[in-house]
Order: sequence, then C-alpha cells, then structure tokens
Amino acid sequence: MEKLFQYVYNLPQDQFNSARLHPPCAVCVAGTGSGSLSHAILRTIAPTGHLHTVEFHQQRAEKVAEEFKEHRVGHLVTVRNQDVCKDGFGVTGVADAVFLDIPSPWEAVGHAKAAMKKHGGRLCSFSPCIEQVQRTCEALTHQGFEAISTMEVLLRVHDVRTVSLPLPDFGPDASAQTEPDAREETPPTSTPNHPSITLKTTTPPREMPGHTGYLTFATKPRT
Amino acid sequence: MCFIMADCGDDDSQYRIKEGDCIVMKRGDIFKAAQIQPKKKVVFEKQWFFLDNAVGHLYGTVFETVSGGTLQPQKPKDTESSCDAKEAGTDNRNIVDDGKSQKLTRDHIEMFKKQGLKGQQIIQELIENSSTFRDKTEYAQDKYIKKKKKKYENTVTILKPSCRILAMMYHGREPGKICHLRYETLAQMLTLANVHAGSKVLVFETCAGLVLGAVMERMGGYGSVIQMYPGGGPVRAGVESFGFPAHFHDTLHEFPICHVNALLSGTLHTTGRDSSADEKQSSMVEEEKSQPDATQQGSPEEQSMETSAGDDTGQDQEKTQEEKRKEAKAQEKKVKLEEKRKKLAAAAALLEGRNADGLVIASRFHPWPVLMGLLKFLSPSRPFVVYSQYKEPLIECYTKLKEQGGTVNLRLTDTWLRHYQVLPNRTHPLLLMSGGGGYLLSGTSVVMDRSKPTCSQQAEEPAPKRLKLTDTEG
Repeated sequence: MEKLFQYVYNLPQDQFNSARLHPPCAVCVAGTGSGSLSHAILRTIAPTGHLHTVEFHQQRAEKVAEEFKEHRVGHLVTVRNQDVCKDGFGVTGVADAVFLDIPSPWEAVGHAKAAMKKHGGRLCSFSPCIEQVQRTCEALTHQGFEAISTMEVLLRVHDVRTVSLPLPDFGPDASAQTEPDAREETPPTSTPNHPSITLKTTTPPREMPGHTGYLTFATKPRT
Repeated sequence: MCFIMADCGDDDSQYRIKEGDCIVMKRGDIFKAAQIQPKKKVVFEKQWFFLDNAVGHLYGTVFETVSGGTLQPQKPKDTESSCDAKEAGTDNRNIVDDGKSQKLTRDHIEMFKKQGLKGQQIIQELIENSSTFRDKTEYAQDKYIKKKKKKYENTVTILKPSCRILAMMYHGREPGKICHLRYETLAQMLTLANVHAGSKVLVFETCAGLVLGAVMERMGGYGSVIQMYPGGGPVRAGVESFGFPAHFHDTLHEFPICHVNALLSGTLHTTGRDSSADEKQSSMVEEEKSQPDATQQGSPEEQSMETSAGDDTGQDQEKTQEEKRKEAKAQEKKVKLEEKRKKLAAAAALLEGRNADGLVIASRFHPWPVLMGLLKFLSPSRPFVVYSQYKEPLIECYTKLKEQGGTVNLRLTDTWLRHYQVLPNRTHPLLLMSGGGGYLLSGTSVVMDRSKPTCSQQAEEPAPKRLKLTDTEG
C-alpha cells in the first residue's frame, strides 16, 4: 500500500469522491485513464473491497493493469477493456458506488444503474462542460436516481510569505518637541533603520485553477 | 450471477431498519440523528412522531407522518405530481404581485391539516385557489410547487448514518460544535492523512467525535485509532451516531494529553501503583497490590472501612447490609479503575513506539502546541493534517515547522465549493454558497537531521523584498 502513496490524487474532487468509500465497498470506475483515481480508491477500500474499472483504450487498459500488479493490488481490482457506454461494467448488482469520468456519461447511466446493488448506492459523474452535466442529470432523473446534486470544488493554495510594509514618514511630529535625534537622520529612501512592520501572511498564487469539472452526485434507490 | 445470489440473503438484513439502530432522519436538506427506541417520541422539524413503525423497513424509505405521530411508508404514486397543469403563461408581464392571489387563508390550511389532508392534497388546494397560477410560466409553476412541497409535505426519510450524512447534519445544525468544518474539507483530511484500513492513526479533535468517526469509518474496523483528548475524558458523542458494529470499538483507544509529556519522557507509570489520574477515587481504594480481582470478603480494606464507619452497635444484620453495600461500591470502583488503567496502558503501548501512520488534528485549541506535541508520535515519512477554522494559527504552524525542520511538503489550503441547479433552460449556480469551510495544513514527517542548520526557511519562501515595494511576486 505504501507505493500507492505516490499516487495521491490531489484534485479535491477525487479526495471528495474517495472519502465516501471504505472497506468493504465495491466500486465501479469508468474510464480508468491513468489510474490515479483508481489507485486512490484502492487505498480506501482495501483489504476487503473490490474495484471494477473499465477503459476502452486497449493500451491504457493494459498499462494500468500492469501497474496494479506491480503495486501488488491486482487482487483488489478487475480491469476490463470495453466501452462502458455500450457494454457496461461487466458486472451486475455488485457496486456500492460508481464513478464516471468519460465524455458521455449520460450514455453510461443505465449501465451504472445495472452494475449497482439493488439495495442502492451512490453515483458520481465528473464532466468539464455544463451541457454534459445537463444531459447526465436528465438521464439520472429518467433512470430514477434521487438526490441529484451538482457542484464545483476548487482547491486554493495559500503561499506563506513574510512581508515587510514600510511605514510612511509624515515628517517630524510637531507636538513632539523633545528627542530630536531619533528623527534627524531620516533619508528620503528607505534604509534598514527606517521603521516598517514585518508580518507573516499568505498570498494567493497569481493564477489558480478556476475550473476542472462539475461533479454530479446521485443516489440509486432500491430497485 | 452467483455474485448476486450470494448478496441476496444476509445483505438484506443489513439494509433493514432495526430497533436500537442509530439512524438519520432527512427532509430536504435537513438532517437529524436519532436512535430507534420503542415508544420514544422524537421531534424533527417541528413534528413529533414515533419511529417504531420504521423497524423492518429498508433504509432510504420515505415515510409520511400521520396524525397520532406514527410513520407510514409513502406510496410511490403519492410522490407523482398530479399537478400536470397543462395551462401555463409565457411571461410575467401581466402578473401583479399584490399578495392577494391566494384565496385560502392560514385558517383554511390549518383546517386541512386537522382533517388529515396529505401534503400533496394541500398543495393541490393551494394551486386551485391561486388566481395567478395558470398565468405563471411552466418554470414558475414548477418553482411554486417545489416551494409548497418544502413547506407542506410531511415526509421523513430514514437513512443509514455515514460520514457524509453526519458531516452535513452537523454542519447544517451545529457548525460550532465541529469548528465549522465543511464536509469536503473533512473528506480532504481523510485523504491527506492517508487514512486506510490497517493503519495506526492519531486523532486530536474537538468536533464532537465527527472526525474520529470519519476516520474509524474509513478504516473499516482494521488497524487502530487513538484519540488524544484534552481534559477529563474523550468527547465522542458523534461516534455513537455512526452506529458502528461493536468490534469497531476494539480499534478505538484514548489517551489523555495531560500524560503526553510523561509518556515521552518515559515517566508514565501504567502499572497498578500509579493512580495519579484518579486521586479522588483511589482514596477509597487503597490497594497497593496489583491484583485486580480481590473479591473475597474480609480483605484489609474492608476491615478498615468497618472500623471507620464508626458503627459500634451489635446489630450484625445492619452491619452486613452496610458492609455489603460499601463493599460492592468499592469493588465497582476498583474494577472501573483497573479497566481505566488497562486502557491507558494499552494506549500508551501503542504510542510508545512513536510509529503512528497518520496524525489528524481538528480542534478549537491553538494548533501549534498540539501539533508540536503530537508530531513526535509519528513515524518518519508519514502524513499529518491540521484543520483550523482560521488561517493565522496555521500560518504560525507552517512558519514554526519550517524553522524546526522535521517536515516537508507543507501546504496550506482551503476549498471553494459551489452548488448548481441543473434544470432544462434553468441551469445556474445556486444563489447562495458556502462562505468557507476552514483551512488545512498538511505535510509529511521526515527524519530530523539535527546536524544541518535549518536553512529550509529559504527553500520555498523567497526572501522578503527590499522595502520600496510591497511583496507582490510569489
């Protein structure tokens, strides 16, 4: 399991997703892609859960299957090289949760429903475009899913900085007649002796990710 | 196919509501935890009812509250909106909002309720008595119906508790109790701390046990969780709400932080001799031997109590009763003390190795001293995560950690969360969104290299620029 740590999937949505899982959940994921999400999920459902993942790109599917073996988690995961929209996940009635990270998730909703336990489960779909989200929500409603909810999650990093803010010089204080020596040598340009306030604060990065995708969650009721 | 057959039998029972179960009641976005106890009234959203009728039904069932306070499963056809008002307007140019379009009064509605009309029927009445309903656009009609449903439908869904549901409940009802920790921040913490089955996780929290429960849920009963607690005893009411199976509690330990320094310096005695934590109780039980099960009568302590009772009358029977009562009490206390001692010893044993796999901190205490004290128990190359409602304490932690070394990959983050309404031609973000969900500082412990001077401060943070400009560039 330690090797999996390198696959910490830092996108908040994947943390968000995998947070709902725990042993002994059974999970279906499409498409596998690089396998980052799959690895994150495996960490949370081991040792008694199982992951079924579908990838329609043959080479990617083979590569990721190899990686699972290398990381000694092959027994926890089944990789299928097929098109989830046409052929589904290859299992029925077993999943507690389904994740869809594909271009046309609305085409896979029906298959997701079939793969999920009849007692119910949670579905999550990730799509960059709002039109995809709309079609997916429609399909979910049509298939009888409940508690359909769409949201966006963005991670903001704060850079800790030490900042020095100079204090302005308004000239000698007219009311303070005494102690002239302190004020005498105040050059117009700042020197290290010129008063300033140093503080620790954070600054946001100049640019930050503003959008990755919309997350749509739904619950499959008992069927 | 055999997969499904194997699931059918016993899985069903795990999805059915049983007496004694910890459940969560839901209506819309409102949640409330409760326990199924016979003939016990619960209040939820200004309604009183009994949960007895829920027993035997599946989790996720929607119930209607009928008069008398009983629950009835809602029939599917009731949920179908029979308000297929075919008639709708195109826009609101002619609709005057004078507050007089609804002919029914408050009294009428109360009467309907008394007559036992269901929510759906009341809504139908409202629609029929609204002079403007037919002129509204289809979308406005939808919105109107949704609003009325929220107000008049008296349904309750019974859910099985989970981290997600309980976190939403606490955040909605009593955010102060959980330091305003938002659900997805909690989710991040679990991932950042790499909480997984089989690990040894230290948790210091003042979130009513929600964070502790979330960690335990994720570990699935494997591994161990040690709750470091301030004060007299661990607070974990939230853990009860999860309704974990009994064996999960075997993985849960607790350790009072007032003994941390003693443990670190090796001066904590967890054998029978040291009863420093319970001086008040130990005054009654002056047991020097570490024998926990001295149940026989006539033990020295009992004799000393006899004499100190000051009862010198010859009434043997009275004495025996009094003796027995006192003895039983003392015995009880002894057993409890011993249990406590054993638990402390077990927790200390887990901590002594200083090889925890993860550290999670989420409290109202200033995080720096907590972190500084508990990081010592973490193995090198292991994650830690600290939650704070405020940013500044975490800035301090970040700065001090950089100075003292021993950690890498420090990151201070928070998340931005926005919900959307997704409807045909009406998709947009919701009008209100959460203002914030707290901040997280995460990092990884490393072996402390004491030979090198700590020059790591310069590594990531650029030196403060000279004073002519304020710092602009990262």
